[in-house]
Amino acid sequence: MSTYPLLSLAIWIPILAGAVVLATGGDRNAPLARILALFGAIAGFLVTIPLWTGFDVTNGGMQFVELKGWIIRYNVNYHLGVDGISMLFVVLNAFITIIVVAAGWEVIREKVAQYNAAFLIMSGLMNGIFTSLDGVLFYVFFEASLIPLYLIIGVWGGPNRVYAAFKFFLYTLFGSLLFLLALIYLFVQSGYSFSILDWHKMPIPLGPQIWLFLAFLVAFAVKVPMWPVHTWLPDAHVEAPTGGSIVLAAIALKLGAYGFLRFSLPIAPDASHELSSLVIALSLVAVVYIGFVALVQEDMKKLVAYSSIAHMGFVTLGFFMFSAMGIEGALVQMISHGFVSGAMFFCIGVMYDRVHSRQIADYGGVVNTMPKFAALFMLFSMANAGLPATSGFVGEFMIILGAVKFNFWVAFAAASSMIIGAAYTLWMYKRVIFGDVANHHVAELTDINMREFAILGVLAFCTLWMGLYPQPFTEVMHASVNDLLRHVAISKIQ
Amino acid sequence: MFDTFVVPDLLPAAPELFLAFMALVILLVDLGVKDSRRTLTFVATVLTLVACALIQYRTMDGQVVYTFSNMFVDDLMADLLKLILYMTVIVVLFYSRGYVMDRSAMNKGEYYVLTLFATLGMMVMISANHFVTIYLGLELLSLSLYAMVAMNRDSIASSEAAMKYFVLGALASGLLLYGMSMIYGATGTLEITGIAQRLMSGGANKTVLTFGLVFLVSGLAFKLGVVPFHMWIPDVYHGAPTSVTLFIGSAPKLAAFAIVMRLLVNGLITLAQDWQAMLMILAVLSMAIGNLAAIAQTNLKRMLAYSAISHMGFMLLGIISGLFAGGDVGDALNAYSSAMFYVIAYVMMTSGAFGMILLMARAGFEADQLDDFKGLNRRNPWFAGIMLMVMFSMAGIPFFIGFFAKFSVLQAVVAAGYMWLAIVAVLFSLIGAFYYLRVVKLMYFDPPADPAPLSAALDSRILISANGLAIAIFGIFPQPIMDVCAIAMMGSL
Repeated sequence: MSTYPLLSLAIWIPILAGAVVLATGGDRNAPLARILALFGAIAGFLVTIPLWTGFDVTNGGMQFVELKGWIIRYNVNYHLGVDGISMLFVVLNAFITIIVVAAGWEVIREKVAQYNAAFLIMSGLMNGIFTSLDGVLFYVFFEASLIPLYLIIGVWGGPNRVYAAFKFFLYTLFGSLLFLLALIYLFVQSGYSFSILDWHKMPIPLGPQIWLFLAFLVAFAVKVPMWPVHTWLPDAHVEAPTGGSIVLAAIALKLGAYGFLRFSLPIAPDASHELSSLVIALSLVAVVYIGFVALVQEDMKKLVAYSSIAHMGFVTLGFFMFSAMGIEGALVQMISHGFVSGAMFFCIGVMYDRVHSRQIADYGGVVNTMPKFAALFMLFSMANAGLPATSGFVGEFMIILGAVKFNFWVAFAAASSMIIGAAYTLWMYKRVIFGDVANHHVAELTDINMREFAILGVLAFCTLWMGLYPQPFTEVMHASVNDLLRHVAISKIQ
Repeated sequence: MFDTFVVPDLLPAAPELFLAFMALVILLVDLGVKDSRRTLTFVATVLTLVACALIQYRTMDGQVVYTFSNMFVDDLMADLLKLILYMTVIVVLFYSRGYVMDRSAMNKGEYYVLTLFATLGMMVMISANHFVTIYLGLELLSLSLYAMVAMNRDSIASSEAAMKYFVLGALASGLLLYGMSMIYGATGTLEITGIAQRLMSGGANKTVLTFGLVFLVSGLAFKLGVVPFHMWIPDVYHGAPTSVTLFIGSAPKLAAFAIVMRLLVNGLITLAQDWQAMLMILAVLSMAIGNLAAIAQTNLKRMLAYSAISHMGFMLLGIISGLFAGGDVGDALNAYSSAMFYVIAYVMMTSGAFGMILLMARAGFEADQLDDFKGLNRRNPWFAGIMLMVMFSMAGIPFFIGFFAKFSVLQAVVAAGYMWLAIVAVLFSLIGAFYYLRVVKLMYFDPPADPAPLSAALDSRILISANGLAIAIFGIFPQPIMDVCAIAMMGSL
C-alpha cells in the first residue's frame, strides 16, 4: 500500500492542471495550453497506475481509503476509497483524458485553453464520483461534472448545440435532484450519517426501499441512459465536439451504471429484487428496440450513440440478474465500451474533420483514399459488433451466459442483439468505407497522420488486449463482486 | 416626574447611536462638498460603516441584553446579522460608486445619507423586541428606499417604480400595524418576549390572535416579497437605478429575515402551527410563480427580481421546518440556521449578479438586458467566469455556496417530514435552473453583440473577483458560515 493519497491526487491533479491551463489565457498561447494540458492528463494517468498495480485482489472491501472531516455540522466527510468495482474506472477515466486532449490537438483552434481545461476539470470530477464514499461528496462531484460538459457541448458543439446542451443539463439535473432528496432521507433515517458504507448496513423497510430505489433509478437511468429517458444522448452526442462525445460515451455513461452498483443494489437490496423485472424489461427494450433504431440512422454519430444505449442496456441487464457472471460481464462490458465507443467516435471525428459531414450518405469508398484508417476502423466496428477476440465479445458473452442461467427468453432476446449490433455497425461500415469513391470530398481525403494513428493504435491495443486476455481486468473484480452479491442476498427488512 | 426617568443602558445600541450621529454629520458636511469631490462623502460613509462594525465587534459578548425598557435587544443573532449587514452595505457602496458617479442626478450627498439611514432602519429592525421598534425600523428603511428609488428623477421608469413601491409599501405597513394591534388586543402587550409569555400561559383570544396573525404574515410577506405580495418586486427592481436595486435586493433581506424570526419565532411560537401553514402556501406559490415568470423575462434585472421571489420562498421552507411533531430544540435550531444560511448565501449571490450589471454599465448604458451579456466570454473571460459561478450558484449546482444553501434547507425540510414539500422545491429549482443556464448560454455560446472590451474601475474589478471567489470558496468550505448561523440561532432561541 502506498502512503501517498493517490485518490486525492487522481482527483485534484487534473483539476489543478485545468486551472493552470485556464490561466494561459487567450488563443495566442494555444500551443502552451495544449502542452500543459497533455502534461496534466499524463500526470493524472500516472498517479492512477499504482492503484491497479498495488491493488489487493483478495480484498473485496475499500482500499486506498482517505477519511477527513469536511462539513462537521452535517457529518459530511471527505471519504475516498476504491474497490474492485470502481478502481478500473478511475484508471480508464484518466486514460481517456489523455486520448481526449490528444484528439483535440489540431482540431480545436478556438478557446483552446478553455477547451482543455474543461476536459481536465471534468476528468478530476469524474474520478471524484468513482471514489467518493460519502453521499454528499458523491453528489457534489456528480452534479458539478455537468458544468464542464454543458460548456463543452454548448461552446464547441455543432449547429444545434444550444438545444442539446440544455437538454443534457436539465435531463440529468432532474434525475440528480430526486437523488439528492434520497440522500437526505437516508441521512435523516440513518441517525445523521452520510457514509455510503453505513447506508449499506442500515436496515430499511420495504416501502421506503422502493421509493429510494425509484429515486436512484431516475437519477441513474437518465445518466446510463436507459430507455425511455435516453433521448438526450443522441442529441448531446451529435452536437458535441469529438472529445465531448468520447468522454460522454467512455466515462459519463458509466457513472449511472456505477451508481446502480454503489447505491441501488446494496442500499435497497429487497427493492432491487422486487423491481428487477422492471429494470430487466427496460434493459431488453434498450437492447432490442434501440438496436433497431440504430439500424435506420443516417448520421454516423447518432448511430454510434444509439449503439451505446443498446450496449448500456446490456450492462443494466447484467446487474439485475444478481449473478457474479452477470455483474462481472457488465463491468467488463463497461470498460470495453469505454475503449470501443471512444474509438468509434474518434474515427467519426477523423472523417468529420476532413469532410465536415457526419452523414453516411456523404461517404463511400473511403478505403480507397484512407487505407490505414479503414483497417483500424474495421477493428473497432467489429469490436462494437461483439466479434470474438475483441473486448466487445467478452462482456456480452458473459452477460448472455449469465442470462441463460437466469431465464432462457431473456437470454434469447439479449443474444439477438448480437445480430442486430453486427447488422447496424457493419452496414454502416460497408456504406462508408467500401464501394466506389462517392464524391470529390472522399477523393480528396488524406490518410490519418501520426497523431491520429497513435491514438487509434493505443485504443486498438487495449481492445485486443482485453479481448484476448481479460484476466487482469476480471481478477480485480472478483472479491468485490462476490461481497456485493452476498450483501444483496441478505434482506434488509427487519 | 423626572424622578422616574432612568437613563437607559446605551451600550447595546452603541452602533445605532454612532451611525445616526454620523449620518447627520455627513449630511451637514456634504453641504460644502462639490459634486466633483463627492468621493469624500463616499469615503466618510464607508468609514462610518467600518467603525460601526468595529464597535459592534468590540461590544459583542454573547449575552442577551435588553435596553430601552425592553424595546431593544442585543443578542448574538443581532450582532452577527448586523456585522453581515455592514459588510453587505459596504460592498453595495463600492459596487455602486462608478455607476452613481456617472449619473449626475444621483451623485448627491443625499444618496449616501439615505443609504446610512436605511442601514440604521435595518439595524433597528434586527434588534427590535417590540412592535413599535419593528415599525420604527421598517419605516426608516422603507422611506429611505422610496426616496432612493426616485433619486434618478428624470427617469420615468424610476419615478413610476418609486410611486408603486411607496403605495404598496404603505399598504403593507398598514397591514402589519393592523395585525400588531390585533395581537396587542389579545395579549395586552407590544413587547415580543412579553407576548410569548402571555401566549404560553394561555387565555388569549384565539380568534383575534389568528386574525392578527394573518395580517402580520401578510405584512411580512410583502416585505420579504413572496407571492401573492410580490407585485412590487419586478417593477421596483426593474425601474430603480441598478445601484439602488442592488441595495434593495441584498441587505434588506437580512433585516426581513430578522423580523420574521423576532415576530414569528420569538414572539408567536405558540401559534407556529398556524403561521407554518400560511408560510407553506406562500413558499410554494413563490417558488412556482418566481421560477416560472423568470423564464419569460428579457431584462436581467427583472429576471433576478423573479428569482429573488423564488429564493425567498425557498428560504421560508427553512422557517417552516423548525417546529414539528417529535422535533426538539436541536431540530428547530438546525432549521432556522439553515434559513439564515440561505439568506446570507442569497445576499452574496445577488450582490455578485447586480454587481456585474453595475460593472458593465456605463454612462447612458444600463447593461440590464439579457442580450447585453451576449458573448461576454469573448470580451472578458474572467468576468464571464464569475457570472457563471454566480448563475450556477443561484441554480444550486455544486461546488458553489448556493448548493449548500439549498442542501441545508432541504435537509431541514426532510427532517421535519415534509417530503412532498422537498420534492416540490427541487422540481421548481429544476425549472429555475433553465433561466440561469440561459444567462450562461448567452455569455458562452453566443457571439458578442458589442465586441468592445470591457473597462471597469480597479476597485470594482477586485470586489467582483472577491465576491465570485467567496461564492466558490464558501461553496467548498461552507462550515464557517454554517457555524456562524448556528451560533446566532443558539443565542436567540
